[in-house]
Amino acid sequence: MERSGIFDMSRRGVLAGSAATAAVTTMPRAAQAAPAPAEPATGHVSLTVNGERHDLTLDTRTTLLDALREHLQLTGTKKGCDHGQCGACTVIVDGRRINSCLSLAVMHDGDEVTTIEGLGTPDKLHPMQAAFVKHDGYQCGYCTPGQICSAVATLGEIADDVPSHVTQDLTAKARLTNDELRERMSGNICRCGAYSNIVEAITEVAGEKA
Amino acid sequence: MKFDTPATTNPIDRMTVVGRPTPRIDGKYKTTGTAPYAYERHDVNADPAYGYMLGAAIAKGTIRSIDTSEAEAAPGVRAIVTYKNSGPIAVGRFNTAKLLGGPEIEHYHQAVAIVVADTFEQARAAARLIRVDYARAEGQYDLAQAKASATMPKGNADVQHGDFATAYAAAPVTLDETYTTPDQSHAMMEPMASTAVWDGDELILYTSNQMIDWGRGDVAKTLGIPKEKVRLVSPYIGGGFGGKLFVRAEAILAALGSRAAKRPVKIALARPEIFNNTTHRPATIQRIRIGATKDGKITATAHEAWSGNLPGGDPEGATSQSKLFYAGANRSIAERLATLDLPEGNAMRAPGEAAGLMALEIAMDEMAEKLGMDPVEFRAINDTQVDPMKPERPFSQRHFVECLRTGAAKFGWSRRNARPGAVRDGQWLTGLGMAGAFRNNIVLDSGARVRLDRAGRAIVETDMTDIGTGSYTIIAQTAAEMLGLPLDQVDVRLGDSAFPVSAGSGGQFGANCSTAGVYAACVKLREAIAAKAGLDPAAAEFADGHVAVGNRKVPLAGLADAGDLIGEDTIEFGDLDKRYQQSTFGAHFVEVGVNAFTGEARIRRMLAVCDAGRILNPVSARSQVIGAMTMGAGAALTEELVVDKRFGFFANHDLAQYEVMVHADIPHQEVIFLDGADPISSPMKAKGVGELGICGIAAAVANAIYNATGVRVRDYPITLDKYLDRLPVA
Repeated sequence: MERSGIFDMSRRGVLAGSAATAAVTTMPRAAQAAPAPAEPATGHVSLTVNGERHDLTLDTRTTLLDALREHLQLTGTKKGCDHGQCGACTVIVDGRRINSCLSLAVMHDGDEVTTIEGLGTPDKLHPMQAAFVKHDGYQCGYCTPGQICSAVATLGEIADDVPSHVTQDLTAKARLTNDELRERMSGNICRCGAYSNIVEAITEVAGEKA
Repeated sequence: MKFDTPATTNPIDRMTVVGRPTPRIDGKYKTTGTAPYAYERHDVNADPAYGYMLGAAIAKGTIRSIDTSEAEAAPGVRAIVTYKNSGPIAVGRFNTAKLLGGPEIEHYHQAVAIVVADTFEQARAAARLIRVDYARAEGQYDLAQAKASATMPKGNADVQHGDFATAYAAAPVTLDETYTTPDQSHAMMEPMASTAVWDGDELILYTSNQMIDWGRGDVAKTLGIPKEKVRLVSPYIGGGFGGKLFVRAEAILAALGSRAAKRPVKIALARPEIFNNTTHRPATIQRIRIGATKDGKITATAHEAWSGNLPGGDPEGATSQSKLFYAGANRSIAERLATLDLPEGNAMRAPGEAAGLMALEIAMDEMAEKLGMDPVEFRAINDTQVDPMKPERPFSQRHFVECLRTGAAKFGWSRRNARPGAVRDGQWLTGLGMAGAFRNNIVLDSGARVRLDRAGRAIVETDMTDIGTGSYTIIAQTAAEMLGLPLDQVDVRLGDSAFPVSAGSGGQFGANCSTAGVYAACVKLREAIAAKAGLDPAAAEFADGHVAVGNRKVPLAGLADAGDLIGEDTIEFGDLDKRYQQSTFGAHFVEVGVNAFTGEARIRRMLAVCDAGRILNPVSARSQVIGAMTMGAGAALTEELVVDKRFGFFANHDLAQYEVMVHADIPHQEVIFLDGADPISSPMKAKGVGELGICGIAAAVANAIYNATGVRVRDYPITLDKYLDRLPVA
């Protein structure tokens, strides 16, 4: 594999030297061979979001997350990293939770999407939302919709016997333990550090279901 | 209202609303995704253009040329702003580096351009088409190397009290160790984000900022426009931790981009840009020397700390607590600051103490072991009720020993085996560790306006912010208590520079100061209400939605028929913080398991006992403490911005590589608040609690790992590569 200039430079530990510097950040003009700027490719997609069908024509680069937030103005789903690292964008697609930032909207034609807005409203909270309020399972609120969507789907996964990294016996019925919840929820970062309260909220909801 | 004598009995002491465990009044919005954050203001801007930042690809040097022609021709692009067409960009009062760089570049990922386009995807794609030719200059990126060139920073004069050298030389038991803490990132969940709207020469910024009035001033200063022409609106903030104390690049870029594109523009920093574009907690090197008598009385303390920053920046201040925390007649304290060309270092949750206690509280553990004393006992016998260097200046309150004793009893500390590496649980080495917590209580003036409407509802307006701290709720509790209203009869509006200037959110001063400001405004409103009801304001009692004197009882509903009754005031703090040392205290206890074969460390139990004055809302105060404990656990175990010392940037600049704690890392946490009301801090008798929890906790984890393994690691984070080869043989 051919190495790019920056690797050559760092390998030699060259710090100064303006000629080399220029090579790092400026491609030779000829090498760019810039074609005339093309209008973005678009695609048509039909999404059913929280039970409501939307027909959208979108830039094919638009993520499911941005389709929800910018095009449908459903901003309850949050953009924390846009790289699948934090979980703030978690939504439920056809019953499974996904990071909506890692998925292009046009890949979801015909899909059923549930977002935080589809779970409950301020006047009619979903039991998981109510439990988060009761147990103070949040602080700044920015990871919260993702945590709640993830929590709702997690209970579904346990009910469906989907194993996790910490499941000891793959043939036994999946159990709802503290370790299982913490493992399954670890894709949802809460920098305010409400984890202890979040797990209590989920446990309470799970207990009511059981 | 002046606050220059200790508070006496006042309506808050009724504690019918204040002090009761109260779910957040904004909870139903946060949990349903209906709380609007800065990038989500479709309600006020239906069709904004999208901004995208381009960050500098070098750490230090100059831009020789910048070619935006290809980007300008890209689909959807409405404007590109660089230093060439931005007009003058000043450095804000609270900033060290410029928020739009060029031609000089001061740090890696310093903003060099904003691209404005019709869609996010177009703006992002076009930003990649900007061609920048940099001339790289040599920089200094290595604190250890720069240490020798560090100097005494302005405002941080060396402290010499007594005769440290002689006392240390004479002490029968001594410690002399050096500890390091790495650069850390706030990593709040909501990226820095702003939506800018110009109305003629007036700018409205919907933004995510902890300190509205500071921000308003600095936006104006940076752009060279009058402060009166700037409005900041920041009702919901997706975490800050100090990272949003100050105006950041995206706010200025939004304003510039919007002015150029003649459209409202919104922009959020992309996550991989945040770590180098914004501020961070600077790394430290700390040398600590302690001398003590054989029975454990500290006679000599020296704490020297080195940190680095851009020219004009401040030191981390890791020696701060060492002036006040423990007794001892002889003391030597020195801060040293080196010039580093890394991104700007600035405040992160408990600046100074968080890093300082990471070192000091390991040193205390080591000292206790040398003395053959229990670490709880060693701390307890070195308690002081006065400023150790000014004995005539007492602590307003200090229940540190009670924190230690309560925590030890509750945690089962007596079951700890003092011999390290001696306790096994299957394949796990287990250990207990503890540390003291200390953080000062800062008081800042804070204003509010409270209105009573004709329906008898109270509306509180202040530019105070809620960054997850629970401000909405404690402010509502305060107004409800003062006016004798149920909580649901109070509306709270925050984070708008159109409202009275508050203390803001930072330095754990927000809760006490902002509620004290609401208290002051409510005192004024109570006078207005009593006057309107024809009652003697001095004798009026407020309860159950009524104002009463004796048998005369008038409902608040209907009193404001002719127009809202208004009380507006600012709490102005006198010199009680000079006459008394106001601080908060705590004790952390931690149990860890370290896998004897793999070295994997897991936290099993955590307990904090806190002494922080009156607790206004035990629900949100507890959350502040467990959240800070969680962040401190990260500081102990994983968090480190890795410096590329050749190219001068933080290499692990995303949430995959900068590892913060996740669910699996954090067990059930317990917090105990000692009863207390501190009449010297404010009429609320509360003190800060939001940062206390991160103070000392990392050292408690470190001490627990030592107790489990017998390996003392003095360089954070304590990752297994630092002890795996020295674990006890099974």
